[in-house]
Amino acid sequence: MQRIGVFVCWCGSNIAATVDVKKVAETLGKEPCVVYYENYQYMCSEEGQNKIINAIHEHKLSGIVICSCSPRMHEATFRRTAQKAGLNPYMVEIANIREQCSWIHKDMATATEKAIILGRAAIAKVHLNTPLQAGESPVVKRALVIGGGIAGIQTALDIADAGFEVDIVEKKPTIGGKMSQIDKTFPTLDCSACILTPKMVDVAQNEKIHIYSYSEVAAVKGFVGNFDVTIKRKARYVKEELCTGCGACTEKCPQKKVPNDFNLGLDNKHAIYIPFAQAVPKVATIDPDYCMMLKTGKCGVCSKVCAAGAIDYKQQDELVQQQYGAIVVATGYNPIDLKNYDEFAYSQSPDVVTSLEFERLTNAAGPTGGVLLRPSDRQHPHTIVFVQCVGSRESGEGCGKTYCSKICCMYTAKHAMLTREKYPDTEVYVFYIDVRTPGKNFDEFYRRAVEEYGVHYIKGMVGKVSPENGKLMVQASDLLDNKQLKIEADLVVLAAAIEPDPSARPLATMLTTQMDTNDFFTEAHPKLRPVESATAGIFLSGCCQGPKDIPETVSQASACAAKVIGLLAKDKLLGNPCVAESNELMCNGCSSCEKVCPYGAISYVDKEFKMPNRTIAVRRVANVNPAVCQGCGACTVACPSGAMDLKGFSNSQIMAEVDAICK
Amino acid sequence: MQEVIKQKAIELLSSGKADRVLGWKEGEFFYDITPAVFTDVKEIEEKFVYNAFCGPNFSKYLVAESRKDGKIAVFLKPCDTYSFQQLLKEHRILRDKVYAVGIPCDGMVDIEKIRQKKIKGITGVTEAGEVLQIDTIYGKKEVAKKDVLAERCENCKSKKHVVYDELIGEEGDVLDSHRFDLVEKIEAMSEEERFAFWQNELSRCIRCNACRNVCPACTCEKCVFDNPASGIDQKAAADSFEEKMFHIIRAFHVAGRCTDCGECSRVCPQNIPLHLLNRKFIKDINEFYGEYQAGADMETRAPLTDYQTDDCEPSVILTKGDQ
Repeated sequence: MQRIGVFVCWCGSNIAATVDVKKVAETLGKEPCVVYYENYQYMCSEEGQNKIINAIHEHKLSGIVICSCSPRMHEATFRRTAQKAGLNPYMVEIANIREQCSWIHKDMATATEKAIILGRAAIAKVHLNTPLQAGESPVVKRALVIGGGIAGIQTALDIADAGFEVDIVEKKPTIGGKMSQIDKTFPTLDCSACILTPKMVDVAQNEKIHIYSYSEVAAVKGFVGNFDVTIKRKARYVKEELCTGCGACTEKCPQKKVPNDFNLGLDNKHAIYIPFAQAVPKVATIDPDYCMMLKTGKCGVCSKVCAAGAIDYKQQDELVQQQYGAIVVATGYNPIDLKNYDEFAYSQSPDVVTSLEFERLTNAAGPTGGVLLRPSDRQHPHTIVFVQCVGSRESGEGCGKTYCSKICCMYTAKHAMLTREKYPDTEVYVFYIDVRTPGKNFDEFYRRAVEEYGVHYIKGMVGKVSPENGKLMVQASDLLDNKQLKIEADLVVLAAAIEPDPSARPLATMLTTQMDTNDFFTEAHPKLRPVESATAGIFLSGCCQGPKDIPETVSQASACAAKVIGLLAKDKLLGNPCVAESNELMCNGCSSCEKVCPYGAISYVDKEFKMPNRTIAVRRVANVNPAVCQGCGACTVACPSGAMDLKGFSNSQIMAEVDAICK
Repeated sequence: MQEVIKQKAIELLSSGKADRVLGWKEGEFFYDITPAVFTDVKEIEEKFVYNAFCGPNFSKYLVAESRKDGKIAVFLKPCDTYSFQQLLKEHRILRDKVYAVGIPCDGMVDIEKIRQKKIKGITGVTEAGEVLQIDTIYGKKEVAKKDVLAERCENCKSKKHVVYDELIGEEGDVLDSHRFDLVEKIEAMSEEERFAFWQNELSRCIRCNACRNVCPACTCEKCVFDNPASGIDQKAAADSFEEKMFHIIRAFHVAGRCTDCGECSRVCPQNIPLHLLNRKFIKDINEFYGEYQAGADMETRAPLTDYQTDDCEPSVILTKGDQ
């Protein structure tokens, strides 16, 4: 028989304003086996915790129920409190009467009734609780960073700096990400490559960092401290360890008509290529879709000119297995596809470009050598129209995104300013809904564009862009002057919304992490745990979590590294004692549980059982490895006979809770 | 065909290839064919039968039989081999203790369907090709066999034996059956109509457990309905709602493992079309996760206990339920 104590928290007015806490405590006090009840303003405070400790001692409590906030908030706190009083921490149950009750109800009578029901369910569960002991598991002192953009680079450098091994998995042939494609960075206007490429070199030279370029994460198993990751190294048809990056092959390759994705298709590259001069690793890669040797078996020029003998047309994708203690997601972003925005004539005219394409058109290493020329006739554009919020801040029904892409206002101001500086004879118009410039020195930057550089900022949206006689007719409305405008432009630049990389969603599934409806990874807590995912051991860095500019990305990347270092510095992690257990007498040995176990915690043994009439039968039964089991409970629902059960969340406990609710 | 199979049974037993033979013999009535384990040749000669009433699927018997000493030979019709293989996949049958002989099947006859043709006082049925000659106390009658086939045989899913040690006759093919037509009809009903349909069917249940006892997917060491700790063992028929729960829980328990052998409906003394519940699951699995036939092979992972990143989202399944 349990001796149960019930503690109802006011949470200031968070709970007490909507729930009659006194009534809840008194009513629950009448439940069977409840020998003590109390309500207090802040149960989690020192004073509140002392009340719990005293009650456990005084009333010899064997189990306690705390009616308070979500267990995600303070379950760990109250378990420690119980432990201090000498009670097994797993004899504590939380009834969530805040997030699931007071916050969502307005009527006090209803909320109070519900709080009582939730408390009753928790009491019903405590009746069946048993003391549990947590095991320990070691921590693999190695981190994996998925994505080699500036976020991944910074996180990896910081983790390596603390002395831990780090692997970066980058799907492109080189690290560097979007920042390597950008020309100048706001608000200081320093050259992107000049600040990024030294960091790329640092990564390459750091002994603690290993880069898996042109690779993808194929599978993830395991749990915090012990992730087992399969990395697919895609065949680049060049032996990475032999290639010196001399570039002889890329010059001699006869297949010159390959769209250059680094320049966003604005020019062509060869079928064997190094994305850009500062690539890390500086190793050539063959594009199998265009290489004549791979497609028809006729050519082999690169192999002939390669002095290092690095070309290998027979190379195959390779799978690498590696263990990690922590995983950092830094998968970044992409501008959205503009196929649904034909009013801006993006698909009709080469002179309608995205902002990222504009970066390439102004970059010294870009297709025009840094001279701003419009793609159609390679002439200097004299009138440029920038359109902001293309696909951002749309209503839910449209094909765009509801969120603000955050970086567009600033980079558009940068583009406009730089254009005016370099080509003062150019008229620059910016159409905007709002100009959003929160950030250090951001608003000053935008003011300079307007006041010093004479950029025409017009509040209003562009309705239509139509190519006419080599020009782009831009129809727009000026909302402040309340008039329609027609501008004859040479170049139109669209500030396309940004969205998470398409590789993010399958990755989230592999990592069992949460995403929001826009496919951005969800942080464990928006304020208090912004760089951790809700899944232990998975951390978030950069735009995979939400739109960010470079300074913000780098800050988050370093914050993320600090969290990883904190984890890797531990030698052992306390495990979760709520693990699965098989009732061997009922187990059929059918393997259903083993098939659904994401952690590989279940194996089978042939075991002898005493049967009726002094016979012995050998039966195949499931065996759970408690050090590997994470207590997800998938096996308990897959088991056809109900032989699999979860400690701390047994079927009978859950049914008791349901019964208590339905009473 | 009966003679060929009988001779094979005798040969297996006398050659020592098998210590026991699992076959059919007549039960109370000639159409009431019962599974039997034969251990001597004389018994086989006298009692072994194989005719259009040999519906029973032997797969489930092998769970216990394969754990006994010695080897057992078994005769499996094409659809039985699916159940057999599914149980092998679940490690329920010890394969090396079984000698499986695949035998041909042209469909089993449902005695109720003969009776529905107003043929009464039936004393015997003989097959003559496509026609059944029926002896009754009122004289001889004839019906076309295709008109009195059991529903599961009318909609036969496969004439292919998916696993065997030896095959009598020729290898058949997987067929293009219309087995989901009736499920579609029920799906098309309004919620009220559908509820009324199942209420009418399931309220006749007398909880005899025959469906569970015959089901090759129900081989648990301890069935939840027999286990007081499961909390659902008393779901017999405390009220009219719970009486439905037995069949719904059972359908969920065998979902993804049911091969659609149709034994549940064959044995139901109340003629409840229980197999339709299972077929609904099979149809849904096919639609959500791609065609899957339980027991068709040893390797394919069952969609319900497997996850692929391109699996349809739970929301799709939810919306389908709303339709």
